[in-house]
Amino acid sequence: MIENRPIVTFFTHAMLILGILIIALPIWITFVASTHDEIRMVQTPLPLWPGDQFFVNLERTLFGAGLSGTENAPVWLMLLNSLAMALMISIGKIGISLISAFAIVYFKFPFRMTFFWMIFITLMLPVEVRILPTFEVVANLGMLNSYWGLSIPLIASATATFMFRQVFLTIPDELLESARIDGAGPLRFFWDILLPLSRTNIAALFVIMFIFGWNQYLWPLLVTTDTSMTTIVMSIKQMLEAAEQSPQWNIIMMTALLAMIPPVFVVIGMQKLFVKGLTETEK
Amino acid sequence: MIKRVHFPASPLPYLLVAPQILITIVFFIWPASQALYQSFLIEDAFGLGSEFVWFENFELLFEDSHYIDSFWRTAFFSAAVAFLSMSFALVLAGFADRVVRGATFYRTLLIWPYAIAPVLAGALWVFMFNPTLGIFPYFLRFFGIDWNHYLNGSQAMALVIMAAAWKQVAYNFLFYLAAMQSIPKSVIEAAAIDGAGPIKRFSTIIFPLISPTTFFLLVINVVYAFFETFGIIHAVTQGGPANSTTILVYKVFNDGFVGLDLGGSAAQSVILMFIVIVMTVVQFRYVERKVEY
Repeated sequence: MIENRPIVTFFTHAMLILGILIIALPIWITFVASTHDEIRMVQTPLPLWPGDQFFVNLERTLFGAGLSGTENAPVWLMLLNSLAMALMISIGKIGISLISAFAIVYFKFPFRMTFFWMIFITLMLPVEVRILPTFEVVANLGMLNSYWGLSIPLIASATATFMFRQVFLTIPDELLESARIDGAGPLRFFWDILLPLSRTNIAALFVIMFIFGWNQYLWPLLVTTDTSMTTIVMSIKQMLEAAEQSPQWNIIMMTALLAMIPPVFVVIGMQKLFVKGLTETEK
Repeated sequence: MIKRVHFPASPLPYLLVAPQILITIVFFIWPASQALYQSFLIEDAFGLGSEFVWFENFELLFEDSHYIDSFWRTAFFSAAVAFLSMSFALVLAGFADRVVRGATFYRTLLIWPYAIAPVLAGALWVFMFNPTLGIFPYFLRFFGIDWNHYLNGSQAMALVIMAAAWKQVAYNFLFYLAAMQSIPKSVIEAAAIDGAGPIKRFSTIIFPLISPTTFFLLVINVVYAFFETFGIIHAVTQGGPANSTTILVYKVFNDGFVGLDLGGSAAQSVILMFIVIVMTVVQFRYVERKVEY
């Protein structure tokens, strides 16, 4: 703060709080909707203050049939599917990006640049623009309705490879020289020196990739037809469709709340790593 | 690019890049080339055979008024989303930058919508604006506004824009705040000594100095609005009413998976890929010319 003017300071805080309230309003309304019973949720005006049905709704959503009149997997199974998909995508991305960045930075071999550009291409082709042919490939490989089909096509990542390449380039050459004098081979060097040195970067990337994986929508929608493979994020759409016939907004909003809690928790709990990961992968 | 010191040549590097390259070929390069190939084919009415037609699919697309409309709609949609979320984030970041104590607290409370999936953002907003039950239509009625995004195309558009912009504010805020905090305090103090007030300082010093971030965020937001908002459109409006919210990505999906027009959908994919490549190149050229203070 440059000047000390209490009125300006007060105004600053007031505006920030107003901004937070505007941003938080949709979440508040969602939370309120998940704490009332379904009879209250069809009377206008809808409540703006929480009721006392939160745990009843939580239990019905998690372990009950979810929405009545639809054939959905139980919500706890969807949460499990989402978790498996998000973990496979984030761990897979980090694993294959680490080793390919290692190869590109620390080895000189024919076609090195060809491989580098092939990885670069993946940056330019988001899944949304090549859905139909990618779907055909996955169908031909028999990977529909499996965790492999959900995660592997999303695992290749140019951003992660670039980031690790950047990290490795800042590691002094002397480390490699001394490691080689001490008789360490490539794998030993990778495991004992590179991995420990890039630990925070791995963690930061994990936060970003976990959110990316958890929030996938279009791809799971296409690849899973079996209800037991549904992820929680994609189930919201089916619930919204069902809501047009029988509105059970308390259950729908409880499901939405459950679907957003894990990634929001990751962001808030690991804020430093999240900010680091976000600013470093984009630049 | 490569280390001065490196390991001797061996089969090992090939093994290390193999998983990444394999996945890239099978799930990226092969499907993309398939899309390119299919965009030159037209299937006959029974789906039995197909004919190589060169650019006819593209010609058909650009003569199709639905496609041209969708193109302009996407441009409007992404411009509106980018403007709304970036200006809101800029104002908030400008205030947060002034706060000495509690800045982390405000940041925490402003960044978490980043973690919410677009389709969930859509679900939240569609609930708030539900024509019969929603809270906002209830209050809008007092102002004589009859809200029904299932029937009114421009209201549907406004709803998806708000939902998409809301989710993106967190991201823009984070980058704007980081950019503002990296401006040397001496510059701001010098201006303050010369008598420039907070608003004057913001408009003549801070805003011009963070213009690289504004440009970067503009590209990112347009890419976001083009591709990642699919979930919002799919959950909130399904492209309707009467195609009034059918953006390009939604049209690729709809024509390919619902309409089963493979050639047309592939041609649209190719155009989208071209747009992404142009944007990626623009973004990378920006990164090279990053402004140093």
